[in-house]
Amino acid sequence: MPVESANNRSLGFSVITNVQIIEGRARPPKGRPAIRDSLGIRLGLILVAILFLAVFVLVPLIVVFTEALKKGLGVYFASLTEPAALSAIELTLFVAAIAVPANLFFGVAAAWAIAKFDFPGKSLLITLIDLPFAVSPVIAGLIYILIFGAQGWLGPFLQEHDIKIVFAVPGIVLATIFVTFPFVARELIPLMQAQGSEEEQAALSLGASGWQTFWRVTLPNVRWGLLYGVLLCNARAMGEFGAVSVVSGHIRGLTNTIPLHVEILYNEYKFSAAFAVASLLALLSLVTLLIKSIATWNVSASAQLREPSTGK
Amino acid sequence: MNSRPTATSPSQLWFKRRVLPGFGLTLGFTLIYLSLIVLIPLSSAFLKASGLGWGAFFRAVSTPRVLAAYNVSFGTALLAAAINVVFGSIVAWTLVRYRFPGKRTLDAAVDLPFALPTAVAGISLATLYGPNGWLGGPILALTGIKVAYTQLGILVALIFVGLPFVVRTVQPVLEDLDLEFEEAAASLGASRIQTIFRVVGPELYASIATGFALAFARAVGEYGSVVFIAGNMPMKTEIVPLLILIKLEQYDYRGATAIAVIMLVISFLLLLVINALQRWSNASRIR
Repeated sequence: MPVESANNRSLGFSVITNVQIIEGRARPPKGRPAIRDSLGIRLGLILVAILFLAVFVLVPLIVVFTEALKKGLGVYFASLTEPAALSAIELTLFVAAIAVPANLFFGVAAAWAIAKFDFPGKSLLITLIDLPFAVSPVIAGLIYILIFGAQGWLGPFLQEHDIKIVFAVPGIVLATIFVTFPFVARELIPLMQAQGSEEEQAALSLGASGWQTFWRVTLPNVRWGLLYGVLLCNARAMGEFGAVSVVSGHIRGLTNTIPLHVEILYNEYKFSAAFAVASLLALLSLVTLLIKSIATWNVSASAQLREPSTGK
Repeated sequence: MNSRPTATSPSQLWFKRRVLPGFGLTLGFTLIYLSLIVLIPLSSAFLKASGLGWGAFFRAVSTPRVLAAYNVSFGTALLAAAINVVFGSIVAWTLVRYRFPGKRTLDAAVDLPFALPTAVAGISLATLYGPNGWLGGPILALTGIKVAYTQLGILVALIFVGLPFVVRTVQPVLEDLDLEFEEAAASLGASRIQTIFRVVGPELYASIATGFALAFARAVGEYGSVVFIAGNMPMKTEIVPLLILIKLEQYDYRGATAIAVIMLVISFLLLLVINALQRWSNASRIR
């Protein structure tokens, strides 16, 4: 069962594949009275679930927007358009524009090698790709300072040639690439493993080139998973705080990303402005989740359509 | 790649490898990129720490302030993961087994801690659970307990970041579960409680343990959502990642690296445990 083993190895991100594999098997036990929980238990558990998610997730999300709009729309838009905010937005977009394509390219290459071929050390490689998930973001920043900082391994060389990496934009880009490293790969590997390589072999035997096979056969099959992986990678790249905080040096207008700008405003007790800028990131995460929900729905719907014909 | 037909791998494997192009290119790129971005930078921390010598290393990681930070980080992370096990399982159960209005929204909300930047969660939780917050205010007035700027605040933030893990590991297993076993247990005279704990429970242990380990691993290293709500008092509410940052800002690179290496070793061990748990969980699913 390569499908399930691959799927279950992921660190909780491969929601789409989960749904696809399940194919709606365990429906709520309607009309199966023997295992139907009593109304009281049902209502009680649903209430507990709703309260738990409300207190820890939904209300905090609402707070972001109410605090942002507390002093009115004027203050809200002023906070978003002041020069420091604009330069933070600009830097964040710039960093994501490098980090996301880099990890997208890596994720597709890694998924192709891992899902379509067998080689020794494969499970070790998958574990190593997961590593950045397990490393604290602060440590992710620290390791780049140990290499590129003034006291670091390459410090003297960089100073001699007047190159700045940490406490400058390149360090922020590197730290962001590190923390978002696994997202696309982890989303694609289980999906592509589940699909096997029969379709690709058919395309090749019919005379398609390797690239044609990849673009016309492999990519369309994994498009929703790829999209979600990229979106999650992007949300994390734009919102990364710990790692970027370590390597940025907090130079206002130069090395401040959106989350760092939020921190500065908050620590200066400019709460409305802090939440206004933070609401941009909250909106981004909401859009990410919305597209994910649509993707999950699409995948599970098509899986159910396919179900009778494949006889699964 | 060797050109002789391998005796060990099935012939179909060999066929696959020969037919699909791009193996050398993609694997080569994967290994180089992985080494440059992850492996070489991470090993720099171990190299730096090895330059300290055992005595200095041990002194750096055993000062009272560092020990207190480890205590706070691991204690709250364990408790948060345990709370997530209880409520995460309940959430997974209701999402799989019951129909109710707003279920889709609830399902989507579970993923929010993955997508919402930690700093945003941090300032929001600090405001919400602060003395004047919607929840922090009433809690303080009714019970006299302060949430924000205490260890309780750290716990709240860590519950938030770990919340999706247990739900998302238990949910698919629960959806895969055959209802017939429960019906059989019920028809043989088991009460519903007995069925839940004797029939359903054992099927879920592996995935619950995986979710617990994932939530714990994430919580131990968490920084962004915690610093705003923690209060950051040395010895009391100072977490390990913050202490590393403080040492860095004081240019105490050796101290910072020594603490980081301990954290890294623990992270690696956790990753191995999680892999083993997931193998166990797969084994119990395939059966």
